[in-house]
Amino acid sequence: MILGKIQVAPAVKRGDAFEVKVLIQHPMETGFRRDLDGHAIALNIVDKLWCTYGGSEVFRAELGSGVSANPYVTFFVLAGESGELAVSWTDDRGQQGRATATVSVA
Amino acid sequence: MRRRVFFSLACAALGSRALPSAAQKFQPPQDITPMILEITGGVLPEKGGVEVELPLIVENGNAVPLRIRVQSPMTARDHVKAIHVFAERNPRPKVASFHLGPRSGRAEIFARVRLAGTQTVTVLAEFSDGSFRIGPRDVLVTSAACMDEASL
Amino acid sequence: MRAAALLAAALPLLSHAGGPLRPDPLRGGIEFQGADIRGLQADEFANPASLWIEGGARLWNEKRGTRGVSCASCHGADAKSMEGIAVRYPRYSRSLGSVVDLEQQIAACVERNEAAPRPAYESQELLSLSAFVASRSRGLAISPDLSTESQAAYERGRALYFERQGQLNLACTNCHDASWGKRLLAETVSQGHPADWPAYRLEWQAMGSIERRLRACYLGVRAEMPPYGSGDLVALEVYLSRRAQGLVSHAPGVRR
Repeated sequence: MILGKIQVAPAVKRGDAFEVKVLIQHPMETGFRRDLDGHAIALNIVDKLWCTYGGSEVFRAELGSGVSANPYVTFFVLAGESGELAVSWTDDRGQQGRATATVSVA
Repeated sequence: MRRRVFFSLACAALGSRALPSAAQKFQPPQDITPMILEITGGVLPEKGGVEVELPLIVENGNAVPLRIRVQSPMTARDHVKAIHVFAERNPRPKVASFHLGPRSGRAEIFARVRLAGTQTVTVLAEFSDGSFRIGPRDVLVTSAACMDEASL
Repeated sequence: MRAAALLAAALPLLSHAGGPLRPDPLRGGIEFQGADIRGLQADEFANPASLWIEGGARLWNEKRGTRGVSCASCHGADAKSMEGIAVRYPRYSRSLGSVVDLEQQIAACVERNEAAPRPAYESQELLSLSAFVASRSRGLAISPDLSTESQAAYERGRALYFERQGQLNLACTNCHDASWGKRLLAETVSQGHPADWPAYRLEWQAMGSIERRLRACYLGVRAEMPPYGSGDLVALEVYLSRRAQGLVSHAPGVRR
């Protein structure tokens, strides 16, 4: 399980674009670093991230090792119906994480 | 006082497009044009409409704040489909791809990225009508990412 | 800064006993970071250390070890009892019979009171708990242990602080008293306070304890690094803590 969290504004107006902030705990190991014995530390990154809102996908990202450790990503979503917004992520080893927030649309 | 002189020197360097990246010899810039052409299907995109916000000088290349804004009404008929980020001096120049749509509301992305030295960051925006635009942005990186052990 | 120059000249005359040499004015480490890092530390959501606070909060309520208890079992689920605790470390522990820093205290507690495996230095588990406990003291002032039991550690720490070390032959005081505010390559030298630790360091791309940071200082002057848990590191922390008395903690912080 990859720990992470999301943040959306507590209340949004219908038709407004609101920012979704995502912070994930992950070393995003590039594969270029070496340990104290000189052995390369294996590549290990969160490579997929997606967001569903009102049951369907509204955003998707492919991340590379050029994204910082403990990835912090934000994107925008158009406010439609009140409901659950979920962001999910997986890494190249099949580890997963997910965080949800309730969007209140006025 | 010294900081202001440093800034104006940095601006002069950027202005003349002669980045002091030669001083950082460890990782030369790659030509990312083939990567861009692969996405655009051979068409070289025009500049403009792609705003790339990066600090002028970066303290630490491990976590550089990058904000991208692409001008678009984001309607079903006219929206940004994808945003691709390239860092020419990174060992893997393709940093990330973000896929948007009319339900995004705004074509704006923020991410903290790794930059392996002073270089030009290029953002490629893909539109729903099949067109493309790019936004290059120079950035001075004092302490580069990817090259440091820092495991002690 | 002129006072610092006079002090630097007077340094060889100072004995190893006596009060700490306190910078004037006292400035927290965050003031010597760039705008981006200052913003990141202040951003409660985006501060990468917040992930360790969250991890620590989960561990706080997790029953571990053969006793089947969690931190919450003794210290309360809301951890309100942890307010003002982190800023009092390092301190002399009667039950442990020695001066310990925050991480050592937590590790000892897990081992003795939960009867669970002692978390290793710089492990995810220990840093998460340390970040969580430290966060309960945000906004509070460093309150050093001034007891007689910590005096020996204080004096050892003070001696180390003023002792030139390593291939670069520098003492802590040469940079952090005589040269704070000056530029070192692209960075501004800080006063070397412990107040915002444990911290997320961009250079490490990870969370780290004050012991890790002090070890990095030894590496910086090309001196042999004391091992984790060494008396010398704790002694230095004791000196730094008295030197930073009154400084507000923003732990867990962010550094370059």
